Amino acid sequence: MEFAELIKTPRVDNVVLHRPFMPRVEGTLCLTGHHLILSSRQDSNEELWLLHSNIDSIEKRFVGSLGTVIVKCKDLRIIQLDIPGMEECLNIASSIEALSTLDSVTLMYPFFYRPMFEVIEDGWNTFLPEQSFKQIESSTDEWRLSYVNKDFSVCPSYPPVLAVPKSIDDETIRKVAIFRHAGRFPVLSYYHKKNGMVMMRSGQPLTGSNGRRCKEDEKLINATLRAGKRGYIIDTRSINVAQQAKARGGGFEVEAHYPQWRRIHKTIERSNILQESLIKLVEACNDQSHNMDRWLSKLEASNWLTNIKEILTTACLAAQCIDREGASVLVHGTEGTDSTLQVTSLAQIILDPTSRTIRGFESLVEREWLQAGHPFQQRCSQSAYSNSKPKWEAPVFLLFLDCVWQILRQFPCSFQFNEHFLILLFEHAYASQFGTFLGNNAFERRKLKLPQKTVSLWSWVNRPQDTERFLNPLFEANSLVIWPSVSPQSLLLWEGVFLRWNRSSKCLDEAYEEMIHIIEHNKELQSKIHTFGGKEQGYRKDIIVSPLTLDSA
Amino acid sequence: MEHITTPKVEQVKLLDRFSNRATAGTLYLTATHLLFVESNTAASEETWILHHHIAVVEKLSLTTSGCPLVIHCRNFRVVHFVIPRERDCHDIYSSLLLLRRPASYDDLYAFSYNPKQSEQQRVGGWQLIDLASEYERMGVPCDHWQLTDVNRNYKVCDTYPRDLFVPVSASKPIIVGSSKFRSKGRFPVLSYFYQEKKAAVCRCSQPLSGFSARCLEDEHMLQAISKANHNSHFMYVMDTRPKLNALANRAAGKGYENEDNYSNIRFQFVGIENIHVMRASLQKLLEVIGTKSLSMTDYFTGLESSGWLRHIKAVLDAAVILAKAVTVEGASVLVHCSDGWDRTAQVCSLGALLMDPFYRTIKGLMVLIEKDWISFGHKFADRCDQLDGDPKEVSPVFTQFLECVWQLTEQFPQAFQYNEWFLIQIHEHVHSCQFGNFLGNCQREREELRLKDKTYSLWQFLLNDQENYVNPVYQPGFSETHPVLEPSTLPFSFKFWRNMYHQFDRSMHPRQSVLKQVLSLKASNRDLEKAARALEAKLQKQGVFLSIAVDSKSKDPVHPVRPKSLILSAPLNCKEDEQKLSVCDRVRTVEGSSSAENGYNEEEEEPASFTKPEPTLVSLERGVARMTC
Repeated sequence: MEFAELIKTPRVDNVVLHRPFMPRVEGTLCLTGHHLILSSRQDSNEELWLLHSNIDSIEKRFVGSLGTVIVKCKDLRIIQLDIPGMEECLNIASSIEALSTLDSVTLMYPFFYRPMFEVIEDGWNTFLPEQSFKQIESSTDEWRLSYVNKDFSVCPSYPPVLAVPKSIDDETIRKVAIFRHAGRFPVLSYYHKKNGMVMMRSGQPLTGSNGRRCKEDEKLINATLRAGKRGYIIDTRSINVAQQAKARGGGFEVEAHYPQWRRIHKTIERSNILQESLIKLVEACNDQSHNMDRWLSKLEASNWLTNIKEILTTACLAAQCIDREGASVLVHGTEGTDSTLQVTSLAQIILDPTSRTIRGFESLVEREWLQAGHPFQQRCSQSAYSNSKPKWEAPVFLLFLDCVWQILRQFPCSFQFNEHFLILLFEHAYASQFGTFLGNNAFERRKLKLPQKTVSLWSWVNRPQDTERFLNPLFEANSLVIWPSVSPQSLLLWEGVFLRWNRSSKCLDEAYEEMIHIIEHNKELQSKIHTFGGKEQGYRKDIIVSPLTLDSA
Repeated sequence: MEHITTPKVEQVKLLDRFSNRATAGTLYLTATHLLFVESNTAASEETWILHHHIAVVEKLSLTTSGCPLVIHCRNFRVVHFVIPRERDCHDIYSSLLLLRRPASYDDLYAFSYNPKQSEQQRVGGWQLIDLASEYERMGVPCDHWQLTDVNRNYKVCDTYPRDLFVPVSASKPIIVGSSKFRSKGRFPVLSYFYQEKKAAVCRCSQPLSGFSARCLEDEHMLQAISKANHNSHFMYVMDTRPKLNALANRAAGKGYENEDNYSNIRFQFVGIENIHVMRASLQKLLEVIGTKSLSMTDYFTGLESSGWLRHIKAVLDAAVILAKAVTVEGASVLVHCSDGWDRTAQVCSLGALLMDPFYRTIKGLMVLIEKDWISFGHKFADRCDQLDGDPKEVSPVFTQFLECVWQLTEQFPQAFQYNEWFLIQIHEHVHSCQFGNFLGNCQREREELRLKDKTYSLWQFLLNDQENYVNPVYQPGFSETHPVLEPSTLPFSFKFWRNMYHQFDRSMHPRQSVLKQVLSLKASNRDLEKAARALEAKLQKQGVFLSIAVDSKSKDPVHPVRPKSLILSAPLNCKEDEQKLSVCDRVRTVEGSSSAENGYNEEEEEPASFTKPEPTLVSLERGVARMTC
């Protein structure tokens, strides 16, 4: 198919662009295969480049022959284009509509995008499972890598390489896979070096209504327990939902068959409800006609922060079991591709200082989301403005990022990255020139040949000059476990995402700049003193050097 | 001392308000404080509670572990003791009831507080703020405004200060006549003069108009105010009450200005609720946020039904209207409510804060509070419950003012020289009765109490501690680009002030404080600069030359204001990404966090061994608490 067929009018002059908190721009509107471009003639800096795949929905209105197209984007921004001429306007609108809803993945921009930068380190190879397993191997020999899924036949949504208990052979794993939802047998998610406890994740056990059991499954998870120790199974569904799942062949681990495990049910909402929550929240944030009462009641009714609280609480619970109770944990919900991953990845943010660095966080996203088979393509194909009824869409990943942001707000010095990094990931999960978030799992990505045909987001982000803007200037490496508060008074609306287009952030940005300036200046002075001191021995000890190291006594 | 029967009780348990944690210790009752000293920890942490801070003491029914005593403080601390013996509990309870609010001013802490300063320092503290020079700074007296001596002896209005500014054309008979037509004699006087447009903000109380009464002198008075401003042929009269309340007042012979009787006025209601509504609102808010294991839904529903943020918005909305009328239209505005000492004080002071960058400095805020609140007779004694008085007179009007200032600091992080600790500290001492500034209801009363002879001034005390109260990202230059602040008053611009209302609830706060971090970096920068200069000089003496100048402003920021978006590889400066990483959540408590404290799993009892906190940074909280001792 040619893109040209979809573009009815490639170019219209005298189009006026309105954007929040920016002056209107008049210029020429161009449509290309992947972009909507508006450029003013005067100078090139007044331009808009918008990826079609970022467009969530459009609306058109007419006043006489002047048409208006309102473009609502997946990053939640809303822009307005005034297009003279009814026909042009209709053409543009229908072209955008067609181009922003292309069915085939291979027509997406990442397959056409050629990087304008030199790829120094190919992001597709930066986070290989073998590498991250080496870390674990250095502290324990109880785990091994299994290639049982190398052709994706045991579990199509799992990657080809997985960490399993050493004492469990591949034959047993095959049997366990049959007993777990979509073949998602329990695998190692995180190894807590401090005390050797582990976190595993899986799909629900297929006990069904007649209480089927699987000896191999019991053997596998028991193999992760120390002698005489109990473990915790955290089911991300309420007990009722888990009970109901039995009728559909699913279920949960009953005490009788798993006597060494204690099961705890938590209630994390699922896809449709989450999508609705996002839609309501964005609606509330965008309606500026509200009075205070209505705003608060709409914010409440969206349930967004309730979801945040539930997810964070569950993650904290998992972390608590591991770090404080010295117990191993198995996390699952139904499929083990959504709420399960929110919990396992956030627990790692809490427990593992490495995951709070940029590289560590990328590795976490790679392991616990991309490799773990979170269906990004299904979940992120539409955002808050979509008119079509959601099928599989859900802001599961956005909720995860929001939770990370909440922890970041509570521990502003413990993260190497800043809020912008989280926003970047949100944007790219929904629309990107990079191939990282395409496809639903490793199998699909392999079939699409993404590593060969597209550029990885990590290839770009990890270039030193590009990483810089995502660095948190307050970062001081902190090796502690960080326990966030989950009380409602401690959780905040993520303004950087949800109010981003609704209020000017100029004053806040400038204050942030000033803070960076103070920090940079401090570093400069330190090094200056150092240089001086080298020249003038003996003087140095009079000088108080930064009092800001974390006291972890 | 005669109120204290049991000065010391051992084996008392202090229960955490939100988790099930308990610490054992000893309770001491002194003449001024209730003190709890933890016994089991090496650090033996102390909790000091000033008697005057206590709002409510409750003795709950006896339990197996002892007799619970719950204390709610005006600074939003809530402590829950369990005292083993019922008799001890009763003794403490009855003592506290007598100690928390004395019957006369002489028994207030301020009269016994002795910080070991010289008399000279004490007197110097009282001379720090001089309102005469503040009026001079504003630009009065001038052609149209003059100082009147009509109230020199508090004869015309006993709740006003002695020195008042009125239009030159308002003669004494007019002033006196007008004052007779105004509730409590509070006739229209100048509160703030906006020099640039020669527009004035005036304040008064409601007219005694009833359904039809008129007063020519009062009409003259308003005419004089209007005429004193050549920029505008009319003036605004802002009645800060809801219209319904003002209408109801007419039946009692009070009311509001009839536009037909006053030439060239534009009359407007702005709808701020009265002290009783505000008191109930705060009470509801505190109830909601004090709930154990509060759900998100109950939090938002409670926040909404308390109406607290709605009231805060109403006050700030009014201030914005006032500032716009004065700075944009150049019109003079007369502000009043009923008596002109609550809502009027809020609106006038916040309006001035929006218009004049001086009030956004540490000294400036002191001056503003001294002028619009203390001197114009906001009834601090009644509103803050200093003496055993009418509980219906208590109201968080001043707290709301401080919160509005805080909301503004959140929107304009570089506009204010002070940080939120400054506001919280002022709040602390408005209720502590430790300093003389806020005692009494008006200037006349304060003079009778001879506060300037017998007590210390808070302002000197705060200035001595200034480095804790400065906003590290404050830009004096901000006032040049933004002389007038134009805040957003959309509902989402208002936040719950956690650091005020939960200031003593450690578990709620971020465990690392950006504010503290940046403050200490700034302090370190100062030391380093000094050291670098000294070293440089020394090296130069030795003949080593280094061309390193230590200047703090030369470097361009390394980080771009906005992260460039990556959605496209096209020129990036064309994208309208506006992002924020705010530094706004300033936090005073930086404490170790523990999973047990947070109670992630309600179903389970915490094993005791899990309560050991992970230490991170040190806390300023105790430093703050100590200051009130």
